[in-house]
Amino acid sequence: MFSREKSPKEPRPPLKTWLPAVALGWLVPGGGHMLLRRYGRGGLLMAAVAGMYLFGLMMRGALFTPKVADLFTTIIHCGGFFGNLASGLLYFLTVWFGYDQPDMPGMVHDYGTKFLVTAGLLNVLAMVDAHEIAVGKKD
Amino acid sequence: MPKVNLSHFEAALLFALFAAVVLGIVTKRTDRERLIYGLYCLVGFVAFLFGLGWLMYLGHG
Repeated sequence: MFSREKSPKEPRPPLKTWLPAVALGWLVPGGGHMLLRRYGRGGLLMAAVAGMYLFGLMMRGALFTPKVADLFTTIIHCGGFFGNLASGLLYFLTVWFGYDQPDMPGMVHDYGTKFLVTAGLLNVLAMVDAHEIAVGKKD
Repeated sequence: MPKVNLSHFEAALLFALFAAVVLGIVTKRTDRERLIYGLYCLVGFVAFLFGLGWLMYLGHG
């Protein structure tokens, strides 16, 4: 039979190698890549994430607030809030300057809400990519 | 803040474009692979959009 050999665990990369890039990537979409001198990719990520977020705002999309009720409501609201929060500074500026809007019925508003959440989720992908570049798993 | 009113198709196309740019950049290792994968995602999104649109139209009777 096959014997399963345990491969030795790779040592975790030190925090200071990846934390600044990931943190900056969260606050400023594409910023992590720019810190790692990937200016082209950083610029494109910034344009895509910020573009999606701004279109979401211009479509009068709503931001989520965490709400605990039944399971479905909790998943939707807490997940949506996490997605919004992942946009970093864009989210904070929206709240600080009062651009967050109440949830309204309508196709365009609904698209806007999805754009706002997806912008944050795309930024999470960008942060993972910045992490992989910082620890040397990726060019 | 200006307000934009987009149709279903325009909004979905814009969504596909932004998502394809990010997916292309983060998943592949060379610029050529990124461009090809980004275009692949964009075409896939749009094809799915049309496919689902027709499915809903035909399913609705």
